[in-house]
Amino acid sequence: MLAELTHRCPLGCPYCSNPLALDPRESELDTRTWARIFREAAALNVLQVHLSGGEPGARRDLVEITAAAHSSGLYTNLITSAIGITPATLARLADAGLDHVQISIQDSEPVSADHIAGYQGAFARKKELAAEVVRLKIPLTVNVVVHRANVERIGAMVEMAIRHGASRVEIAHVQYYGWALHNREALLPTAEQTARALQVVEELRRQHRGAIVIDAVVPDYYAHFPKPCVGGWGRRSLNVTPAGKVLPCHAAESIPGLEFWSVRDHSLADIWANSPAFNAFRGTAWMKEPCRSCARRDIDFGGCRCQAFAITGDARAADPVCHLSPHHDEVVALTTGQRDVPYSYRVNRKSRVKVPESHMR
Amino acid sequence: MSDATPAISPESRPRLPRGVRLVHNEAHGGWVLLAPERIFKADPTATEILKRCTGEATLGSIVDDLAKSYTAPRERILADVSGLLQGLAEKKLLEL
Repeated sequence: MLAELTHRCPLGCPYCSNPLALDPRESELDTRTWARIFREAAALNVLQVHLSGGEPGARRDLVEITAAAHSSGLYTNLITSAIGITPATLARLADAGLDHVQISIQDSEPVSADHIAGYQGAFARKKELAAEVVRLKIPLTVNVVVHRANVERIGAMVEMAIRHGASRVEIAHVQYYGWALHNREALLPTAEQTARALQVVEELRRQHRGAIVIDAVVPDYYAHFPKPCVGGWGRRSLNVTPAGKVLPCHAAESIPGLEFWSVRDHSLADIWANSPAFNAFRGTAWMKEPCRSCARRDIDFGGCRCQAFAITGDARAADPVCHLSPHHDEVVALTTGQRDVPYSYRVNRKSRVKVPESHMR
Repeated sequence: MSDATPAISPESRPRLPRGVRLVHNEAHGGWVLLAPERIFKADPTATEILKRCTGEATLGSIVDDLAKSYTAPRERILADVSGLLQGLAEKKLLEL
């Protein structure tokens, strides 16, 4: 379960998966409601909760929220940019039962990293918090979001994660939803860069075996078959937005016409079983050809509904990443659509970094 | 890095690190290992081994204990247990 505690975030990463229309602070769920959701989630056999955002550190009640998740029996994972989590807060989170921390890094080069984050000094702050996580003996994952500006430095970023003391590093090629879709031309690596990146990850796995676990999210647009998005719609995951809407995946609101229910009106169990959005693409009855008769329909579940809609205009179509999709040509065309345009950041910030032209790739 | 895997010392006291928990959940088919952003199903054999990885029992005593409970040669159990623990340690799911 993904708990998006807030959409507020000091960073402005151009690949942010949050929707273009962000939930305002006034609409955010309160501490007690989150505590109820965690109890209901545990009763639904949810095992892990990812406390995410936005930046969860923007919530003043983050410690109370974490304690509530822990006391419900959930495995608690904090997904943070590191900005806004002080060492004192982290110590209180550890006492509250926090199981794991994931810190994102933007690049191995400070100037480029701060430019991508749209926040001066982010690079240094992340390093400081990572050291504090390790000092408190909380397991650390470093998340590296890969796109055209940093794809050549995956090796350096993995070495940085090892220096930070991470036990695990996640190499996540940008998935094009929300702000990432908006900035796709500026973010998409070339086919050559992507092929090389996959090779590099294999080499790094061999090189660092036993030192760090390397998990990699494959770059979607260059795949042969689509990803089994969220393990299949309404099968394994759910996402609660800052305002309390429950979504089958974090991008589901990009599909028009779906009716989402809120935890303000319904229990999580009721939403999981009965909300129209969860039932819209559950199972295989909604499928069209080529998915309907495909041997892989129970393996990848037709891929991603949001991507199908974003590219083909039809959420019931096969994910066009699939080579069997009649729209696959459009994805192939997109992979050559790189343009060196400036990032469009998700917020206008005063701390916007000024960078030399050479880093504007 | 060499591909040869050194044997685990019989005096080693394997334990689950912080952030890794063995829990029982019927809906998930029994015992599961909760780890950072991952969930692993533990089969009955793995479960019996992992329950004994408390940080107190040595590898030697874990194997002795299992040999008493199961009618299998001690060497075979040692090989199975070592293989499993080595694999888990490499995935950072166990400390040796």
